[in-house]
Amino acid sequence: MSDPDAFATLDTIQEPPGGPAAVATGAGRTLAGDAWETLRSSWVFWSSCTLIVILVVMAAFPGLFTHVDPASCQAARARISPSAHAWFGYDVQGCDVYARTIYGARASMVVGLIATLTAMIIGSAVGVYAGFFGGVVDALLSRLTDIFFAIPLLLGSIIILTSIPTPAGSAFFSILKVSAALAVLGWTSTARVARSSVIQVKQADFVSASRALGASRTWMIRKHILPNAAAPIIVITTISLGSYIGAEATLSYLGIGLQPPVISWGIAINDAAAYVRSTPHMLFFPALFLSLTVLAFISLGDVVREALDPKAM
Amino acid sequence: MARYVARRILQMLPVIIGTTFLIFLMVWALPGDPFAGRCGQRPCSDAYIQAETARLHLDQSLPVQYGYFLGNMLQGDFGTVSNGDTVLHQLGRAFPITLKLTTVAIGFEIVLGIGIGIIAALRRGRFFDRLTLLTSLVAISFPVFVIGFVLQYIFGVRLGLFRVTVQSGAPWQDLIMPGFVLASLSLAFVLRLTRASLLETLNADHVRTAVAKGLPRSLVIRRHIVRNSLIPVVTYIGADVGVLLGGAIVTEGIFNIQGVGGLLYHATKLRENATVVSVATVVVLIVLFVNLLIDLFYAVLDPRIRYE
Repeated sequence: MSDPDAFATLDTIQEPPGGPAAVATGAGRTLAGDAWETLRSSWVFWSSCTLIVILVVMAAFPGLFTHVDPASCQAARARISPSAHAWFGYDVQGCDVYARTIYGARASMVVGLIATLTAMIIGSAVGVYAGFFGGVVDALLSRLTDIFFAIPLLLGSIIILTSIPTPAGSAFFSILKVSAALAVLGWTSTARVARSSVIQVKQADFVSASRALGASRTWMIRKHILPNAAAPIIVITTISLGSYIGAEATLSYLGIGLQPPVISWGIAINDAAAYVRSTPHMLFFPALFLSLTVLAFISLGDVVREALDPKAM
Repeated sequence: MARYVARRILQMLPVIIGTTFLIFLMVWALPGDPFAGRCGQRPCSDAYIQAETARLHLDQSLPVQYGYFLGNMLQGDFGTVSNGDTVLHQLGRAFPITLKLTTVAIGFEIVLGIGIGIIAALRRGRFFDRLTLLTSLVAISFPVFVIGFVLQYIFGVRLGLFRVTVQSGAPWQDLIMPGFVLASLSLAFVLRLTRASLLETLNADHVRTAVAKGLPRSLVIRRHIVRNSLIPVVTYIGADVGVLLGGAIVTEGIFNIQGVGGLLYHATKLRENATVVSVATVVVLIVLFVNLLIDLFYAVLDPRIRYE
C-alpha cells in the first residue's frame, strides 16, 4: 500500500521549488519531518487542535466563558428550555446548563490527563522492560499484562470504584479515585504497543553497534530505544486520553464515577437522563461537549498515526 | 493441531487464575466494609455479621478465601445472593437475553460493517469513502450512552418507530435498536478494518493476475479480493462476540434489558459481592474461551497458518 507516499510526492512536486516541502524531501528527511508535512495540510489535524486548545482554556479559566456561577441554582426555574437569557436552559436543580457545561470541562480534562499520564508511565515502563530484556522478564511481564488485559475497562472500574468508599464532599479524592481506576486497568494497551515497538527497534544495527561500543543498558534504552519507539506510544496515548474522558463520563453517568460536588458532564447526563422525553436540552448540551472533546482527541491521534505510519488502518 | 491446542490451554491457565484472583482481590481486599449498606440504613446485627463471616470465610486470610471460592466454582457453586437465589440461577435467566442481543449486534457488524467497508474500499478517496471514514470516527468517539439516548429519543420517542424500552422476555423486534447501539462502536472498527484490509489486497499480485487474464470485475472482487481480506475482520468480530457476551452494562441499562450487564450493574449497586465476583469471573472466562476458539478458527480460514 504505497499510495499515500505517491500522493505525498505529487503534493511536493506541485509546491514551488525551494519551498519548505522541497527542503523536507532532501537528504535530511526524518520520520517526524515527513509526518509534519502530512499533518500541516490536514484540516482534521488543525480543527482537532483548535478544539483541544479551546477546551484546555475552558478547563483552566472557565470564568472567561461565563459570568454565571454554576453553583447558583434556583428551584423556581428548574427545567426551563433554552432562551436568549440562558442559552442552554436550566437543569433539574434550576442551575444554568451553559455555566455547568463550561465548568464541567475541568473535571473531564483532569481525570483524562492523570489517568493517561499514569497509564503511559506504567505501560511504557513495563513494555520497554519486557521488550528490551526478553526471556523470563518478558514472559512474566507479558503474562501480567494479559491478566490485566482480560478485565474489561468498564467492568473493572465498576468493581474498583464500588469497593473503595468515597468520603462525602471530597472533590479531589473523587477525581483521583476515578483516574486511578482507569489507569490501573488501562496501562495494558500502552504496554503491548511499547513492547512490540521496542522489539522492532532492538534489532536495528545501530543498537548492536552501540552495544559493541560498550554502552550500558540504561544508556541504550535512554538514547536509542526510547526515542525510536516513542511514536506509537505517543499515538496510543493521545487516543486513550480521548477514551478515558469518555470512560469517566460513562462511569459518572452510571453514578459510580465522580460524585456531586464535582461538576462533570457525566453527572449532568445522569441527572438529565430521567427527563430525556420531556426536556432533552438538559442532556443534549453536556453530551455534545463531551462527544466533541472525545472526538477531538481521537481524531488527533488518528491523523497523527496516519502521518507516522501510512500502512496502518 | 492437538499439541497447539494443549499448549494454548496451558498458557491460558495462569491468565485465568491470575485474572480471577485479581477480581477477587479488588472486591474483597480493597478498603471498605463488606457489610456497609447491606442492612439498609442501620448497621448489621452481630449475629448476621458472624453468620456471614463464617459462610464466606471472611475471617480467613485472603489466599485461603480465594481457595474456597475457586473450589466452589469448580464444583459449580457460584455463590448465593442475599435473597437466597443462586448466582447460577440468575445467570441462567440473564444469559439467553444477552445472547439474543449479541446476535443482533453481531448481525449489524457483519452486514453493515463488512458491506460498507467493501464499498468504501472500492471507491477509495471518493465522497462515499470520506463520508464513511468521518462517520465511523464519530461513532468511535461518541460514548455509547450518548448514541443510545440520541437514537432512543429520535426513533423511540419522537418518531415512534421502535419501543422505547425492551419488554420482559426481550422479543427480537425490540432488540433491533439496542443491538444497533451496542454494535455502533465495533461497527466502526469493522468498517475501517475491512476497508484497510481490502486496500492492501487490491494491490496484491494475484489480483493483478486475475484482472490481467480477463476475469470479470465482480468475480475478481468476490473470489480474489474479499475472501482474502476477511481474515483480520473475522478475528476482530470473533473477539467482539466474547466482549458482547460479557454483557453491555450501559446499553442494557438504557433500554432496560435484563441481561448479564444489567445483573452485574444491579449487583454492584447493592454490593452483592458474591454475584459481582462470580459474574465477572464468568464474563472473563467467556472472553478468554472465545479468544481461544478464534485462534483455532484462524487455521481453518487461512490454510497457510500451521500450528507447530
